[in-house]
Amino acid sequence: MRYLLVEDHAELAGAVVQRLEIDGHAVDHAPDLATASACLSAAEYDLILLDVMLPDGDGREFLAASRDRIATPVIMLTARSQVSDRVGALDQGADDYITKPFDFAELEARCRAVIRRRGGSARNEIALGKAVFDLTSGQLRERDMTIEFRNRELRLLEVFARRPGQILSKAQLMDRLFSYDSDVTENAIEVYVARLRKKLAATSVRIETVRGLGYRVEIA
Amino acid sequence: MNPTGSIRRRMTISLALVAALLSLLSWSMVASFARQAAERTQDNILAASATIIAEAIRSEGGEVRLELPYAAFAMLGAVSEDRVFYQIETAGEILTGYEDLTTGSIAPAAGEVRFETTEYLDVPLRMVRMTRTVLAGEEAVPVTVSLAQTRNGIGTIAGDLSETAAALSVAFFVLAVALTGFVAQLSLRPLNELAQAVARRGPTDLRPVRRQAPSELTPLIGSLNRFMERLAGSLRRSEEFIAEAAHRVRTPLATVRAQAEVALHGAQSHDDKQRLRQMIRAIDESSRSAGQLLDHATVAYRIEDLSRDTINLAELAASVAAALEPTAGLKDIEIRLETSDVATLGDKVLLESALRNVLDNAIKYSPDETQISLTVDQQGDMACLRICDQGPGLAGQSTTDLTKRFARGATVTDVVGSGLGLTIASEVLQAHGGGIELADNPKGQGACAILTLPKA
Amino acid sequence: MRYSDIAKGLILAVWASALPALEVEDRKSYPGEGGAMISVLSTADLDVFEPFIRQFQQDQPAIGVDYTVASSTEIYAAITEGMKFDIVLSSAMDLQFQLANDGYAQAYGSDATARLPDWAQWRDLVFAFTSEPAVAVISRERFSGIDLPATRQELISILRDYPERFDQSVGTYDVRTSGLGYLFATQEARNSDVFWRLSEVIGRLQPRLYCCSAQMIDDVISGELAIAYNVLGSYAERRRTQEGGDRMEILQLEDFGNNMLRTALIPRTAENVTGAGAFLDALILAGLAEEQTWAFPPLQPHARQGTPEFGPIRLGPALMVHLDPLTRRAFLSSWEDAMEQE
Repeated sequence: MRYLLVEDHAELAGAVVQRLEIDGHAVDHAPDLATASACLSAAEYDLILLDVMLPDGDGREFLAASRDRIATPVIMLTARSQVSDRVGALDQGADDYITKPFDFAELEARCRAVIRRRGGSARNEIALGKAVFDLTSGQLRERDMTIEFRNRELRLLEVFARRPGQILSKAQLMDRLFSYDSDVTENAIEVYVARLRKKLAATSVRIETVRGLGYRVEIA
Repeated sequence: MNPTGSIRRRMTISLALVAALLSLLSWSMVASFARQAAERTQDNILAASATIIAEAIRSEGGEVRLELPYAAFAMLGAVSEDRVFYQIETAGEILTGYEDLTTGSIAPAAGEVRFETTEYLDVPLRMVRMTRTVLAGEEAVPVTVSLAQTRNGIGTIAGDLSETAAALSVAFFVLAVALTGFVAQLSLRPLNELAQAVARRGPTDLRPVRRQAPSELTPLIGSLNRFMERLAGSLRRSEEFIAEAAHRVRTPLATVRAQAEVALHGAQSHDDKQRLRQMIRAIDESSRSAGQLLDHATVAYRIEDLSRDTINLAELAASVAAALEPTAGLKDIEIRLETSDVATLGDKVLLESALRNVLDNAIKYSPDETQISLTVDQQGDMACLRICDQGPGLAGQSTTDLTKRFARGATVTDVVGSGLGLTIASEVLQAHGGGIELADNPKGQGACAILTLPKA
Repeated sequence: MRYSDIAKGLILAVWASALPALEVEDRKSYPGEGGAMISVLSTADLDVFEPFIRQFQQDQPAIGVDYTVASSTEIYAAITEGMKFDIVLSSAMDLQFQLANDGYAQAYGSDATARLPDWAQWRDLVFAFTSEPAVAVISRERFSGIDLPATRQELISILRDYPERFDQSVGTYDVRTSGLGYLFATQEARNSDVFWRLSEVIGRLQPRLYCCSAQMIDDVISGELAIAYNVLGSYAERRRTQEGGDRMEILQLEDFGNNMLRTALIPRTAENVTGAGAFLDALILAGLAEEQTWAFPPLQPHARQGTPEFGPIRLGPALMVHLDPLTRRAFLSSWEDAMEQE
C-alpha cells in the first residue's frame, strides 16, 4: 500500500517510514503541509497519516480546507489527550486518529480498518499462485472459494505472502504478530501456523516447516 | 463573595424615603389647608350670624331695640361647640352683651366688616365686628355688633381633617413602599436575566453577550465581554500550551518507540529482543499515564459545569465499540453489542471518554480470542451499560480500590495502563448522577463493569 | 301678683349679680365615713333627691355630701359671684349653659361622660342627666264632662268655650321669676305661634302665676286649679303616686313637647373635684340606666308616645338668646301684655 506520512519530526518520520517499509508498504514523507499538497497532486495514496502540529499550520485545518478535493482516507497522528482532541479530529473529517506514541500493530490494524471501510483498491492484492490474497478485505480467493481469516491468522498470512519462499523464524513472526505488552512464547506461533494450515488446506497455498529455522510459504 | 448590600434594598429604601417625605409634605399641606378652610368657614358663619343680628336691630320710639335672633346663635351652636360672646354697642354705649369684650378695639365704620383674633377671659377668640346705622327718631345712630367665638371648633375640624390626611398619608406611604419593592424588582429584572443568561452558559461558551439590555447595563455587558474575551484568550493559550507540551513530550517518545520497534525487528538475540520489549513497554506506560493525566484534567474542568444534552446511549456504545474495534482485533477479541434505545442527559464527550476508558480496560485485560459484551438497557429510572469480559476477574478487589486513582488491578501487573482510566470513568458517572460498579462476571470467568446513569 | 317683688329682684340678679348672699331654700348634710365632703348646689327638692344621695353614699361611703337647694337664678348668681361649690345641678339649662360659656365651669371627662350622647353634653363642661318633659296637669273634677284636649289648639277651644269654668283656675309659671318657666315659655314661643294665642286666652281668664311646679300640682289636686300649664313632668308623675294623686290627670299635648335637660357642671371654683366627678358619674349612670332607679325620668326614654319627637332643648349658644337683657325685656313685655289684659 502507498502511504503519505505528513510529519515534521524527522527522526520519528524516519522510524515510521522504516517500520512501514518492513511491512512492505511504500511510504512518501512530507515534512510540512506545502510538501504534502505537492505530493497529493503528484500521486495517489491509499492512506494519509497526518500530524496535527506542523510548522506551516494545523493538520486539522488543512484537512477541513481540503477534504472535498482529497478522497484519500486520513488518520490523524496526535500528541494530545483523547478527550479534548478526538472530537476535533473527527469533526474535521479525519477517518480515525491515533495518539503518539503508537503501537505499529495497532496503527496497522487501524489503517486496514479505515481502508476496508473506504472500499480499498485493486492494487492491494498479492497473487499466490492460483490464489489471490486481498489485503484490504483480508480474504483469499482461489477458483470459487473465498476464505476468511481471523486477525492474527490474517497478519501471519500477510507476512508469508509478502515473502514467498523465504524462511521466516518464529522470533520474526512473533514480532509481527503480538503486541509487546503480552508475554507470548514461541509455542503460540505454532498454534497459529497450525490454524492457518487448516484453513489453507483446500487451496494451493502451503506452509512448510523448515526444521530448526522456521516456516515458509510454498505455492503448488 | 461578600455582597456589600443589595441594590434592590437600596432602591427600596431610597424610594421609601422619598415616599415618606412626600407623604409628610402632603399631610402638612392638607393639614394647613384644612385649618385655613376651617378658619374661613368660622369667619363666614360669624359674619352671617352678626349680619342676622345687625338686621334685627330696630328703633322704637327713638330708642334702639333688639331681640337677638335665635337663628343667629343656633347657627353658631350647630357648627361647633365653641363658646360664644357678643356685644351690641351704640355710640360708645354698651347696649347689651359682654361689656369688656371689645376693650381696646375701635368700632369699624358703618358698612365695614372686620375680623379680629383676640383674647377674652384668657381664651383666644375669633371676632367679627360690623357697624350698621339705625335711624333712632331723627338721629342716625351707628350700632356695632361684635360677635366672637372660641377657636376650639377649628382646632377640632382641622385636627380631624389632619388625622384623616395623616391616615391617608400613611396608607399612601405603605402603598408606595409596596410598589417600590415591586418596581425595584422590575428594574432589576434585566440584570437578573443577564445573570441567568450568563449562568446558563456551558463551561466553554465564551462568546460575547449579545442581549438586548437597558442602556445602564451596556457598560457592564461591555466589561463582561471584554473579560470573556480575555478569559477565552487565556484559555486558548493554556490549551495551546498543553498541546505544545504534549507534543513536545510525546513526539520524542513516539520516535524512540518507533525506532525501538524497528530495532526489535532487526534484533537477533533473544536478550536484545527482551530488552527492547521492556523499553517499549516503559514508553507505553509513561505516555499512557501522561495522556490520562491530561484527560483527567480535562474531565475535571468539564465536570465543573456539565452540559445537558440528550444522548442516545445505544448510539454512543456503538460508536465507542467501532472506535476500539481495531484495538480489540489485534487480540482477536470480539466486541458483542446488545443495545436498546435508552437516553440520558449529559456531556457527550465525557460519557464517551468514560465508556472508552472502561472498554479499553476490558480489552487490555482480556486474553486473546475472547469476547467482550457491551449491553445497554434500563433498570427502573436508571440506564445501564454493562461491559463484561472473560479476563482474570477481580480477585476480591472492591470497586473503590480499583477506581482509586493510580490503582491497578493486582491480577494484571503485566498489562500496560494505569487505573486512572477507571477513576476518570467513575468521576464522570458520578457527576452525571450515576456510578460505576465492578463485579465478577455472573456468567463465569471474568469481570463486569456496570455503568449506571439516570434516564432522560 | 304675689311674686312680683321677688321677681324684680331675680331679674336683676340674672345680669347685675348684685345679690349679696345665697337665698337657701333647704339644706342638709350627709356626712361620710372619711373626711372628704362634696358640696352640691341644686334646684331639685331635697326629698326628691335624698334617695339618690343615700345610694351614692352606699357606693362611696367615704364621701360626705352637703346638699343645698336654691332656685336656678340664685344658683346662677352664686356661681358668678364666686361662691364655692363642688357641683351644680340645675333644671335651668340656659343658665347652666351661660355659666359654662362664660368660663365658670371646668372640664371633666370619664368613662361615664363618654357614654353620654353628643346632645347631652357640651364641651365636657355641661352634662345632662335627665330629660324631663313639660306637661299640663288637669283636675279630673273640674274637667268632668269635657273631652280632654289632645293639642294646644283644642285646649284653646275648651278655654274659650268655658270661660266661667276656667276663670281664675288656670295656673302657669310666672316666667319673670321662674327660670324654668321662662325656659319653657321661650322655647315654646320659638317653636309655635300657638304659644302666644294660648297665652292670650289664658290671660283673659285671670291666670294664677307660680314659682314652682310642686305648688301648681298641689293646687290642681285641691281643685283650686282646673289646669296647670307647663309643669315639670317628673314632679307630676311623682305627685300622682302620692295622696290625692287620683284627682289629677297628666296631659302630654301631642302637637309638640318641650323636653328640658337637667344638667350638672363642676364649677371652676370646686375644691373637691374628684368627689364631684364621682358624684357626676353616678348622676349620669343613673340617668342612662335602662330601668328607672330614682325619681327622675331617664335621659333616653325608650318610647315617648303620643308627642311628636322634638328632642330635648338643644344645649348650645342659642340658649343665651333669651337671657340677653334686651331680648328678655322684649319677651317679658309681650308676655305681660298677653297675661295681664284686665
